[in-house]
Amino acid sequence: MTGTLEVRDLTKVYKVRKGVRTEKLTAANHVSFTLEQGKTIALVGESGSGKSTVAKMLAKLETPTSGEILLDGHPVPTGSRGIEDYRRQLQMVFQDPFASLNPFHSVAHHLERPLRIHRRGRNRAEIDAEVHRLLDRVRLTPTEVFAEKKPHEMSGGQRQRVAIARALAPGARFLIADEPVSMLDVSIRLGVLNLLAQLQREENLGVLYITHDLATARHFSDEILVMFRGNVVERGPSDEVILNPQHDYTKLLLAAAPNPENQGNLRDSVRAELAELAAGGGAAERDRFGTADLARKVTGRD
Amino acid sequence: MTTDAITPTRPLSSADHERYLAEQSPVLTATDVSIDYEVTPVVHAVKNVDLVVNRGEILGLAGESGCGKTTLAYGINRLLKPPALLTSGSIAFHDADGTDVDVVALDGDGLRRFRWDKISMVFQGAMNSLNPVISVRAQLYDVFATHRPGMSKAEREARCVELFELVGVDPSRLGAYAHELSGGMRQRVMIAMALALSPQLMIMDEPTTALDVVVQRGILREIMRLREQLQFAVVFITHDLPLLLEISDRIAVMLRGEIVEVDVAENILHRPQHPYTQRLLSSFPSLTGDRGSFVREGTGVSQ
Repeated sequence: MTGTLEVRDLTKVYKVRKGVRTEKLTAANHVSFTLEQGKTIALVGESGSGKSTVAKMLAKLETPTSGEILLDGHPVPTGSRGIEDYRRQLQMVFQDPFASLNPFHSVAHHLERPLRIHRRGRNRAEIDAEVHRLLDRVRLTPTEVFAEKKPHEMSGGQRQRVAIARALAPGARFLIADEPVSMLDVSIRLGVLNLLAQLQREENLGVLYITHDLATARHFSDEILVMFRGNVVERGPSDEVILNPQHDYTKLLLAAAPNPENQGNLRDSVRAELAELAAGGGAAERDRFGTADLARKVTGRD
Repeated sequence: MTTDAITPTRPLSSADHERYLAEQSPVLTATDVSIDYEVTPVVHAVKNVDLVVNRGEILGLAGESGCGKTTLAYGINRLLKPPALLTSGSIAFHDADGTDVDVVALDGDGLRRFRWDKISMVFQGAMNSLNPVISVRAQLYDVFATHRPGMSKAEREARCVELFELVGVDPSRLGAYAHELSGGMRQRVMIAMALALSPQLMIMDEPTTALDVVVQRGILREIMRLREQLQFAVVFITHDLPLLLEISDRIAVMLRGEIVEVDVAENILHRPQHPYTQRLLSSFPSLTGDRGSFVREGTGVSQ
């Protein structure tokens, strides 16, 4: 039986104080999806679209305003024991490997902590063996050397591998990767993503991949959910969403992504627009990729 | 960065590139520029770089963190601070009025007059390079107070309004402070500031990296439009090669302080010669094409 992580109508409303008034900000609005082990769902959208809010609610770092999170069909138990058990099965990889590792501690310490907390070894020898196994899993070899390193002695890619190893340490079945490669140099991004993909296959992980990079979302995931102002505006199989987008916002995102194939197109369209203006058209409304109209359509208000 | 140690004496290029250069007139010629960081041990950040920027073109400068692209840009604009030191090379700016300026020899008032007037810069992390405690208007006024002391207050204000309109920000926001503007607006303000004195060359160091794609596209469009209208040249520095390929006329690829390949954008995309350029290209999975070097064999994916 494959495990599932199901999200039903997850909603988060923040109260924002504006002077004396309090306004409501719906960061996530009835978001639903089911993540199966062995599958990847990508959550894409621009800054502020609510992707990270969904991730935080899943990781139990935020309390949903309404909605449910079901693990293998059962609601997440309340109480510290239940949450601990839930967190053992669901772990997060954060965006910034420079901030998510403690500069004072060695790699081994970062991996031992979750192993101890989640009682993955009965004694020192077992924990040590597990640390080395994890480092080997994320290709940080020779493991004896890497275990002793401090974060500042490693590159961004290596640090992110440590973060991935740490997420695997408790024996997680589900991984939430919040922009796991956007802080890394371009030439090592694919290496880290490929590692994640391989671990996923080998350990049968369910991965929620949060990103604004449509190209990697397409190649790395099975399903894509496009979020805009807290709403899921489009969802479907990756290739379907990217190659045949239906919603205006998805089309906008795709049109905005840099594409080498469009060499010269931007210059030509700018020239055409200027020529039109010069010809006294005046009607040529500057295309600023404004999202205000879309926002009204999606959220039903300004 | 573990690319094979190929160190060509001259960057790889092509006949197309030679033909392209023959048709252009340069606005800036940098020859044999080397920049060291005088620390122990000495870091050779830029090594014997030759670079030509042509009038009105967009030259992309691509490379990863630490390859020396920002250091080179600072060198061109004489912004290097110790321990960085220009150890060799000459930089000539070919003014539109026909005179040549020896940038390296400038100092004091001459340098002050030259900088920003002829070459301006949009800095990396421009989102955070505005002064948080004075209004945007006061910061723009500073530019005019330094470089156009003869300008009246009314003229300054009129120019500020004009600049804001050029970059697509409502002039009513001139009185705003940096924190009252969104990231995209701050970036536009920085571009307005760089445009203030109608420079002939603008160096943009990662101007859109911190912005999301939709806002980035708006800014790029603005840059392209302004360039068409005002005919300045742009050196666009970023590690985002797909973006450079889309907007640049020419691209120079930097690796460990050297320019390893320089060519017209089309050749960099379709006929990259240097192994590092090829690797950089394959680091970006294609949005609509096939997988490239992405090896995931997922299930339930049609391709």
